[in-house]
Amino acid sequence: MDENVIEIRGLWTVYGDAVVHRDLDLDVRRGEILSIVGGSGTGKTTLIRQMIGLERPTRGTVRIFGEMMDTADVSHLAAIRNRWGMLFQQGALFSALTVFENIALPLQEMRTLPEDIIADLVMLKLDMVRLSPGDAHKMPADLSGGMIKRVALARALALEPELLFLDEPTAGLDPESCESFVSLIRALHKALGLTIVMVTHDLDTLFELTSRVAVLADQHVIAAAPVKEVIGIPHPFIKQFFLGERGQRAMEVLREYPFIV
Amino acid sequence: MALQEAPFRGILLASMHHAMPQLVRDTGDRGTTFRAGGDWIVQTLSVRGRIDALQAEANADHVAPEQASWDLSGITRIDHLGAQFFWNLWGRRRPARLTLGRGQEAFFDRLHHLGDLRVPEAPRQHFAWVIALGIGLFGFLDHVIGFIRLIGQLVLDIVRLLRNPRRGPWTEISAGVFHAGAQALGITALVGFLIGVVLSYLSSQQLRLFGADIYIVNILGLSIIRELGPLLAAILVAGRSGSAITAQLGVMRVTEELDALLVMGIPHGFRLILPRVLALGLAMPLVVVWTDAMALVGGMVSAKITLGLSYSFFIDTLPNVVKPANIWIGVCKGGVFGMLIGLTACHYGLRIEPNTSSLGQGTTASVVTAITIVILADAVFAILFKNVGI
Repeated sequence: MDENVIEIRGLWTVYGDAVVHRDLDLDVRRGEILSIVGGSGTGKTTLIRQMIGLERPTRGTVRIFGEMMDTADVSHLAAIRNRWGMLFQQGALFSALTVFENIALPLQEMRTLPEDIIADLVMLKLDMVRLSPGDAHKMPADLSGGMIKRVALARALALEPELLFLDEPTAGLDPESCESFVSLIRALHKALGLTIVMVTHDLDTLFELTSRVAVLADQHVIAAAPVKEVIGIPHPFIKQFFLGERGQRAMEVLREYPFIV
Repeated sequence: MALQEAPFRGILLASMHHAMPQLVRDTGDRGTTFRAGGDWIVQTLSVRGRIDALQAEANADHVAPEQASWDLSGITRIDHLGAQFFWNLWGRRRPARLTLGRGQEAFFDRLHHLGDLRVPEAPRQHFAWVIALGIGLFGFLDHVIGFIRLIGQLVLDIVRLLRNPRRGPWTEISAGVFHAGAQALGITALVGFLIGVVLSYLSSQQLRLFGADIYIVNILGLSIIRELGPLLAAILVAGRSGSAITAQLGVMRVTEELDALLVMGIPHGFRLILPRVLALGLAMPLVVVWTDAMALVGGMVSAKITLGLSYSFFIDTLPNVVKPANIWIGVCKGGVFGMLIGLTACHYGLRIEPNTSSLGQGTTASVVTAITIVILADAVFAILFKNVGI
């Protein structure tokens, strides 16, 4: 298989008069953790939504697993969809279903797997995201923000995806659950050999997880490289984002975990 | 004995990139050996019938699968579904003779580490029906108390409005009158007209038997103005505006807008409930008059066709046979019904919990309860005014 899981070529996104992306190219390599950063309104989430086919770019192509997203036929697309998982910013758990039913839903939707194996797999996934079996019967409304993210992650992992999309994985979490969630993602990435694409504002998360950063500015990707290289690029957004006061503080982490970058 | 490629239904396309999972059984002198190959992943195992076929193959010769030797080194790709399948086959432990390929160790380690973790049973309750009865009873009491409290709050808010009318939520009230009144004119006109036609047609059939044709005016006038008009309008408004109010307040609960209002020191009663209840109380009498008029027109048209009663006769006779008191009773009913619908809708709207099913149930309960309360109130009106206007 080729090395690039996702290939975006010449992508334009236009809303009315506003051009969000102009001739944007981006590759995601197998097994890496790619972070997409950019100022607000630069279309980071839109880009992820276009990758998974929730939105259509105005022009340009998105290729996932070598398949063109806009020309693939419906049944083919359904098969590809089972190969990725998405963690939404607010979790997007089905509020009418319990934690167990939420995670079991994608498995049950296959309609071919025996119930006992589904139950075993759900418990395995719960354990993977470090939740206890006692949480299985809780309703999403009874969960804390950190637990909602964990359940959502377990649901995203239910179909054993190769590719995982994370939209602001640590937004709205307190520092402690943020840290444990980041270490959870790192452990899962290592254990399951996932390719991860994430959007994040949180520099700590970025420095701790990312193998490459794609910087969105001026309507396209101005750099896609490891953090150390990106920091050296003289662009106003990069300077302000990485080398501001917030960036300096987060850089401390780099010294603690030099092996990541 | 390999599992042959059968023309499986299901996701054939997915299988193009994957090798189908295979399980080969060798029965030698030293016992049974299973050799597995192919891809043991969700995409290949979820093909219809696949898991059953593999299970049947593993259990084919009366040897318990965990007693056999297993060689999984031929498997190209495995995921947790595949690993779990083997694990369950082996009775949830590692068989004595097992050969694993590269990278497979981790999956079975994880399962081994997980141990015999089962889904905890939801706690079972004895005397469930007693508990259900109790919950139902207390729930009902809770609703009654909540409703009485809501009425009390509304009275206090009305007093507050009368004391300082300039600071009242007039924009909201006028918007409410527009939504519940002006926008309901079309549907109430249609339903009113058709009911008038049907009622007039059926009554005229009977009246003609007795030669009492002209009494059609009495029957239509009294029943529509006193009973049917207000009731029809109330049912339609409960369905339109009651459900809208409940859903609106419910979504405000879900999005924490209700809490935001409280934090800003803006009370729900004065800003949300009062304008809605007052708007319905104002709009409903008007809708009732409109519905009455449309139903009478429908009845008149039908009477002209079936009985040959002229329009001028109908219009001349109407004021003589229907006392003005009936109109006042009808209009008052409209106002009361409107406020009851508004109160019920707000009551249920504020009780919605932040999840999707509660929103659906709350809206349904709101409309059903509003209609029930309206009919109960109608019965009370009938008893109170039994000597008036007839």
